[in-house]
Formats: sequence, C-alpha cells, structure tokens
Amino acid sequence: MNYFQNTSLETCSMLKEIGLNSIEELFSSIPDDLRTKKFDIPNGRAESEVVNLLEKYSNENISNYCSFLGGGVYGHYIPAAVSFLAGRSEFYTAYTPYQPECSQGTLQALFEYQTVMCELTGMDVSNASLYDGASALAEAALMAVRATGRSLILTDAGVNPFYMRVLKTYLSNRSIRLNGLKSRIQPDGVVPDSDTAAVIVQNPDFFGSVMDFTELAGITHKQGSLLIMSVYPLSLGILKKPSEMDADIAVGDGQSLGIPLSFGGPSFGFITSKKELLRNLPGRIVGETTDRQGRRGFVLTLQAREQHIRRQKATSNICSNQSLCAIRAVIYLSLLGKEGFRELSELNYRKSEFLKGLIKGIKNVNIYNNSPTFNEFTIELPVKADEVEKKMRAKGFLAGFPLGRLYPGMENLMLSAVTEMRTRSDMEAYSSYLEDSL
Amino acid sequence: MNKMEKLIFEKSVPGRKGLRIPSADVPRTKGLPAELLSSIDSKLPEVSEQDVVRHYTRLSRLNFSVDTEFYPLGSCTMKYNPKVLEKVAELPGFQFIHPLLCYLEGGEGLVQGCLAVIHELEVLIAEITGMDSVTTSPMAGAQGEMTGILIISAYHKKRGNNKKYVIVPDSSHGTNPASAVMAGYEIITVPSLKNGEMDIEEFKKVLNGETAAVMMTCPNTLGIFETRIGEIARLAHNAGALMYYDGANLNAIMGKVKPGEAGFDVVHVNLHKTFGTPHGGGGPGSGPVGVKKELAEFLPAPVIKKNRSGNYSLLPENDNCIGRVAGFFGNFGVLVKAYAYILLLGREGLINVSEQAVLNANYIREKLKGYYYLPYDRICMHECVFSAEKQLPNGVHAIDIAKGLIEKGIHPPTVYFPLIVKESMMIEPTETENRETLDNFISAMKDIAETAIRAPEKLLSAPVNTPVTRLDETKAARETRLCFG
Repeated sequence: MNYFQNTSLETCSMLKEIGLNSIEELFSSIPDDLRTKKFDIPNGRAESEVVNLLEKYSNENISNYCSFLGGGVYGHYIPAAVSFLAGRSEFYTAYTPYQPECSQGTLQALFEYQTVMCELTGMDVSNASLYDGASALAEAALMAVRATGRSLILTDAGVNPFYMRVLKTYLSNRSIRLNGLKSRIQPDGVVPDSDTAAVIVQNPDFFGSVMDFTELAGITHKQGSLLIMSVYPLSLGILKKPSEMDADIAVGDGQSLGIPLSFGGPSFGFITSKKELLRNLPGRIVGETTDRQGRRGFVLTLQAREQHIRRQKATSNICSNQSLCAIRAVIYLSLLGKEGFRELSELNYRKSEFLKGLIKGIKNVNIYNNSPTFNEFTIELPVKADEVEKKMRAKGFLAGFPLGRLYPGMENLMLSAVTEMRTRSDMEAYSSYLEDSL
Repeated sequence: MNKMEKLIFEKSVPGRKGLRIPSADVPRTKGLPAELLSSIDSKLPEVSEQDVVRHYTRLSRLNFSVDTEFYPLGSCTMKYNPKVLEKVAELPGFQFIHPLLCYLEGGEGLVQGCLAVIHELEVLIAEITGMDSVTTSPMAGAQGEMTGILIISAYHKKRGNNKKYVIVPDSSHGTNPASAVMAGYEIITVPSLKNGEMDIEEFKKVLNGETAAVMMTCPNTLGIFETRIGEIARLAHNAGALMYYDGANLNAIMGKVKPGEAGFDVVHVNLHKTFGTPHGGGGPGSGPVGVKKELAEFLPAPVIKKNRSGNYSLLPENDNCIGRVAGFFGNFGVLVKAYAYILLLGREGLINVSEQAVLNANYIREKLKGYYYLPYDRICMHECVFSAEKQLPNGVHAIDIAKGLIEKGIHPPTVYFPLIVKESMMIEPTETENRETLDNFISAMKDIAETAIRAPEKLLSAPVNTPVTRLDETKAARETRLCFG
C-alpha cells in the first residue's frame, strides 16, 4: 500500500520543471560514503493483509477475563459518543493549535478540559495535559523545585511504584535528592524540613487507602514546602478534593475518564495547581482572549515558559502532549454531567464495599487496609497471592495484582479493584472462587 | 467557516442528563466518614448526549486538519493518516488489555500479541535508523530526547567521566536544549554557516573532553542535509562525545542514509511524523529511541526480547538501565498504528515516502523562489525555508502571510522557526499531497505576494472569514483566563 499520489509521469514532469533529470539528483547533497547499501524491510502489503496480521496478534492477547485488576489503570465503561467525537477527522488529524484562527475547535475543547480538571481537583489552574500520570508526577516535583529553590523531594510509601520509577528517572541527573519513604508520612515520623521542596502523597494510595492529608498540608506549609497530591480522577466524584486538603499541586492519570486500557497508553497526565504557581507549570496552556471585533476566542498562552521560545531555560522540554486524550476526557465528563459523575463515583465505591464485605466473610482472609478505601483494596491471604491469582485465572477471573511481585515481603497480599463494570454475580462468583482457591 | 460556539458550560441546564449510570445491584453501605468526603460539587455541565455530540461536532468544524485542508506545517510532517491505522489500534484484543497483565506470574504469555507488536516495531525502526536496539517507551519526541541523553549520561558515568555539556547548533529544535537540561547538562550553542550547515570551525572551538553529546537534526531544520556530518561525528567521537540524532526529519532520508551509519550513536524518531500516525491536535505522539550496542544496557525498562521459541518476554532489568520513562509501555496504541504503517508501505514504500516528500518540497521551493526571499538557495530535502523579508518594506510580516493563507483555506507553514532565519516560513508539503494541491498552494502564495505589494492592508487584517479574526495574545497572557467561571 502506498499513499503518495504523484504518478511516474507527474514525477518526471515535476523534476523537469525544476531543472532536474532524476530523483537521485534530489539526494545529491548526501555524501556517497554515507549512502545506505542495505535496507532490509519487508515488501509492502495490502490493507487487508495487514489487518489480518494485526488481528492475529491481537487474538494472541487474552481479553475475555472477568477483571478485577487496577493499580492505576481501570476498566471503566466508555460511552459510544466519546470515540465517535474524538474520531472526528478535524480533531485527530490536526496539529498543535499554533494558528488560533483555524484551530478554535481544539483550543476551545482544551479550555473546557482545563476547566473540568480544575473543577475535579478544586485547583485554580490547569495545563492542557502531559504524557501520563507518572510523568505528570515527575513534572510536578520539578515544578516544586523551581518554585521553592529547594532540592529535596519526600515521597510517601503509598505512591504508585511505577510512578516512583519514572520520578526517580526524571530526577536522576539533576541536583535533586529523592527520599522515598518505606513508611507512611506521619506527623510524628519523617516530616518535611527547610530543605524540602515538596512532599508527595497519593490518594487513594497504591494499596487503595483513602486518607485526609489536611494536617500534613499544614505541617508541610509550615516548612515552606509544597504538597503534591497524585489522585485517581474518578474518585473525586465523592472524595475530598486536593484543594480541600490545601494541596498545592494535583496530578494524576486521566485514563479513568474515557480512555481505553490499550496496554497502558496512550492515556494522559493532568496537572493542576494553585494560581501562585502558574508560571512554573510545564507544557501547553490555553487562555481566553478576544479578537479584533471583541469576540471571545482562545489561544495558546504564557508560551514564554516553553521550549520553543525559552529553549534551555524552559519550564519543561514537553512539546507534543496528549491533547486528543484530554479532549476525550472533557467529552466523557460532559456526558456524565455533574450528577452522573458523582453517581458513578459513588457506585464504584458501593460495589467495592460489597465485594469487601463478601471477602471479610471468608475464613483466614482479611482486608489489609487500616483506612477506608474507594474502589480498590488490598486482600490479605493466608497463602501466596500468586498461587491464588493463578487458580482464579483458571476460572476466568483476573483476581487482582499480587503485591509481592512489586514489594518483597508482601507475598500474601493482593490488590483488587471493582469498577461499575462488575456485577453482583461477578463478585459473588469471585468470592466463592477465592474461598475455593485457598 | 462555521461560527464560534458557546462553551459547554454555558449550555448547561440544571437537571439535564447525558449518560444513564447503571442502577446499583448491591445494597447501600454506611458510606465513607465525613472527613474523607468532598463538600464541593464539581460543576460539570448538565447537558444531554445530543447536546454533547452537537457541541463537539461543531467545535471540530472550527479546525483545519489534514483530512480537510492542505497543512504544510514545517517540521511537523502533516501527512495523510491512513484510516486503517485507527481500525487496527481499536481491535478489542489491543484496546481491552490491562498493562499489569504482563506483570502477573506467567503474564507475558497473556499478552504475546502486544509484546510482538512492540518488539517487531523496534526491529523495523532499528533497521531504518541503523541502530542495534530500540525502546518504544518514550511518549513523544521530546521525551525520547530526554531518554536518549540520559542514556548517554549513564554511558559516560559508567566510564567514570563526568561530562558537563551538550552541544547543539543554533538551528536546532527548542526541545533539544530543553531536553538536555532535563537530563542534567549545560548547553553550548554553535552558529550556522551561510550555507545553512553547522559551522565546523566554531564547533571545534567548543568541543572538548567535557562534551557529553552533540545533538543534530539531519536534514536540519532548514531542510538542508549536513554534508559534513561524517566529519562532525569523527571529531565528536575523538573528543569522547557521543552523537545524538533528532529524528524529526527522518522522513526525508529513509532508505537513503541510516543515522547509525553516519556516525550517530543514539536516535529518536517521531512516529507521528515519519510513520503516519495522527497528531491529534497536539498528541498523543510517540518517540522511540534507538541506540548502538554499547549503549543497549542503559535502555529504560521494559525491554522486550524474542526468544528462540518465537515467544516474547520482558528481559530482567539491567542494573545499569536508566529506569523508566513511562508508567507502562509508552503510547502502545500509537505503536500499533506505526507498525501497521511500516508493514503497509514496506521497503519500496518507505523509500518512496522520502523521494516524493523531497520532490514536493523542491517543487514548491523552485516555483516560489522568485516571489519570496530564499535564504538558502540550494536543493532542499523534505522542507524549504523562505523568509518574508521581501514583503517587509510593505509592512507585511510572515505572520500576515500565514493569516492570508488561512483566508484561502490553507493551513500556514511553520512561521518564525527556525529562529536563525528572519521572518521565516518553513514549508513541508509531505509526500501524500498531489500536484494539484501543490499548484493551488503555489498560486495562493503568489497571489499573497502580489497582495503584499498592491494592498498590504488586506493581509494585515486577514483572516476575516474565520470564526474569529486575529486574537489578542498579549491580553491572553496578561489576564490569564484559563478556565470558565
């Protein structure tokens, strides 16, 4: 299959018109000794052949399980209108809206996205998206370092371990120290000091526990440090918002807002903050303004923070972000609406409480979390979680994630999530198979 | 074009609903303690499904896009995105796969299809770029740059060298210096010569034992192949520095030169540029990184290998690996599309991409050079850079030419980049446009050059037939209204 259009006749006549005789002359500036001798790529195929091959690959993946897997990525229902609208050519085949007069569609949709993310987190300002939740957390840490002029980042033990790896990578070559605590940050334990740029917590944490960090925010601010909170956006339909705990920066992964699992990407990262931190935000930001007739319109704004203007002095190197995914999120949230968002959040909580109740009834099985949970919790088993998970898999269930695979010493713990997709009978079957698997 | 829309929030009517939430099939519970609950409702719009569909459909119609307009945005490679790419990325066996499946005991066996796509794409990119190993984790070109420079840094550190600087030419993308800073380096910028290539004499003056890497785009952002790239690489290597290839312009040289054979040690490629995946109005993109074998041990996790049995698995993490740059497997959905694209085009197709892209750019260059100032008058690669200098005496700037094009239903080229050309206009037609489209663009540009002489005020007030006329960017930056309400 080929997508260029010039016929060989047209190619010849175009070459002639520009005074050349062959295509090769166009490449005459490439020194001979650098020319490719061997280009070992298979021959092209027809569209139908490629579809067949990729269907074959996709069928080698296992997708027909009753899944209770979470850990930062959740199987929620995506309304049909989301993909339909995001699939509009005018959205998905456009570039970054550098020319606002012919990009108002993308710009207004992103302005609306920024608005809903501020509404969800309660913060004042949002950018137009980052790559994913993990890189958003890393960008937030760098933002805190810039804003405070300090160089220590303190992270709570409940932060997603995959995010921790990315954070560590992003900070690895800077003069920034990362103190990743093995325990929970507590008022009477390790607390921020005057070197601390930011304290990072996650709510609900990786194990599913929901907490109130208001007191920690007070302690953090007393030292002049910032509180960064990584959140699961769907939980914000009912849980206390980062702003209500006085967090300075809120980040997270937007996958739960209308983005397919897709083996972990593309999704998008969001970052919102208090307005005092606006000029330290990384990435694209859309702002409202007026045209020459005084009509409202939208543009990319505060670009003096960005790499294409500031080069090495930019707040971040980010250029392309995950715009189309951010647009999916605002479409999704508009379909849910104010009531629907709260109801869906509530439903996730309620379903998960139901499963928790069933599990508590199983002999020798406990719930590990000391705190309340949202739609995900950690099950403490009397045997290795890996074994139980495998037995459950044989029954058609993805029971959860055995935490020993990430944390040595947690071999008997399993992290399980319940979304609105799981029915009562799914959960009853889960509970009885779990009992049988011990 | 269509008229502007109200914001979705302004269409909200209390009590109106879009989606119906499933009714609870489980009993009510006592609920979370009050101190964990929010006391503020998120003020999301209250609208019907049809309201949402009409709103975003109408918004989409306020955009120019590749499917609706010619979009010769230089350096961004806005080529046609084959529709089948969307179809394959949405196959249920890809779309419904949870990334943690791979990390269960024996989990790799549950996701062989995903691992196969990733690995086979990496193999193809390695062959196209002349590298030994590739990671597809980076989620955009800029993240690929940061990843690549972190790999270079890890390489130097393992050898006990603490290098300090990264050298970039002044024609480089802004992401290059910004990414090198994120990876902990200071930046030295080298000027370009009158022929558009990097000044080797100036380069030699700043190159020393503290140089970690030289970041080059080739062809560079002027659309010019750096003819002395072999020599630059030799000098860099002799000084103990590594060569980094910014693959934004790889689409010009496929099958003609492999960066790995021109002296480069690390490359990134932009799948949303060269390999036909859509840009989505700002992303998601994808920025795989390829390295020579001495650098493979530093690649970020996860690294996928193909076993003798033909199965795919994750390699145990190497102690020297730089860590992770993406939560899971990068923008997997984009990888599926790029893989399908390369399979569709195949060997000849990829070579044709470069040949036709370069032909189209030179056709435009040659046809417009009498009308606009061409600072580098030589055969270009996939894009050509003009300047509005000729039009300046009439008060017409590059931005006014851009707005004049919008009026004519054509997306403007990249303007004011590269920074080293005054009033620059960087035109990249891509291979997927036909001669009629190019001729139409050429005549529009000639017409604008004409208008710049006869009635410049027309260009200064353009566009007028768009949903909004020129927008006040200063006001946007001063008032910073970034949310509704």
